[in-house]
Amino acid sequence: MFKYLLPVILFFVLCVFLFIGLYKDPSEVPSPLIGKSVPEFSLPMLQDSSVQFSNKSFLGKVSILNVWATWCFACKQEHPALLELAKRNVAPIYGLNYKDDAAKAKLYLRDFGNPFKANAFDETGRVAIDWGVYGAPETFVIDQKGIIRYKHIGPLTLDDLNNKIQPLIQQLNNET
Amino acid sequence: MKHSFFCKISLSSLLAVLFSILFMTQLWAIESVKVAPEFEKRYHALLSELRCLVCQNQTIAESNSELANDLRVEVSKMLNEGVSDSEIIDFMADRYGDFVLYKPLIKPKTYLLWFGPFIFLVAILFLVLWYVKKQKTSIETELSVDEKQKLNSILKETKE
Repeated sequence: MFKYLLPVILFFVLCVFLFIGLYKDPSEVPSPLIGKSVPEFSLPMLQDSSVQFSNKSFLGKVSILNVWATWCFACKQEHPALLELAKRNVAPIYGLNYKDDAAKAKLYLRDFGNPFKANAFDETGRVAIDWGVYGAPETFVIDQKGIIRYKHIGPLTLDDLNNKIQPLIQQLNNET
Repeated sequence: MKHSFFCKISLSSLLAVLFSILFMTQLWAIESVKVAPEFEKRYHALLSELRCLVCQNQTIAESNSELANDLRVEVSKMLNEGVSDSEIIDFMADRYGDFVLYKPLIKPKTYLLWFGPFIFLVAILFLVLWYVKKQKTSIETELSVDEKQKLNSILKETKE
């Protein structure tokens, strides 16, 4: 009996694996940076290039880093969600302006609203490599000790804010 | 008139443009990266082992994405600075995860991936051996006394 049942069982096990695979997004690669300190860097700020923005800015509070660019279409898509998050005032949002044109980026923030507390201007994209960025937009949640706790790849939606980002920020705020 | 003229131009020029695009992309993929000649071999070997996360099914040697180009520059810089191959591989895996490595590292998480096929092969071999052995013995035991007599009588008949 078992002899005949075995192929059927194997078939169903295979089906389960394939079924799970259907709902996985292959473009979302888990970041090895989660649980690690933010990479060391120092970049000029977008709005005032004489001031530097460094990894030390993340210490002492839960914060968010959003990687964006004016040439990135999905960034435009998620912009309203970022503005909403900024309005809720749960954590400072920092921007990493990725391989962009400073003048265009400033205009973009003026025209569409500025959710960022500050922006680091990464013209060459070298700092983004250290953050493991492979496609804007990407959003990192960083805890008080400057440790990366979560990475969201792709445009943020209101659902993501309500179900993932905000609960996580609350949880991290309670950790101290 | 105007329409046919346009068609004539577009046919030949379209072909020319298409061909030039074909070769342009090849040029882009090796654009603007300078490696010292003594490092060139290692450079190409490394690039073909690293996955471009933007296009996923291409190595950073093949990909035309901007990130792939930036990473090529990064690899060439490190080579010129005398960084070892394994350090460069680690640099990439630390930032983008083991997924960037076309040749997965051997560690507990990947044991099944590396050794699974061999375990499977050995298991199948044992299974086949066991099955063959079982068949042999079952044939031998299945002949009852009656059957042996029958067999003998048949053999005798054929001899005669």
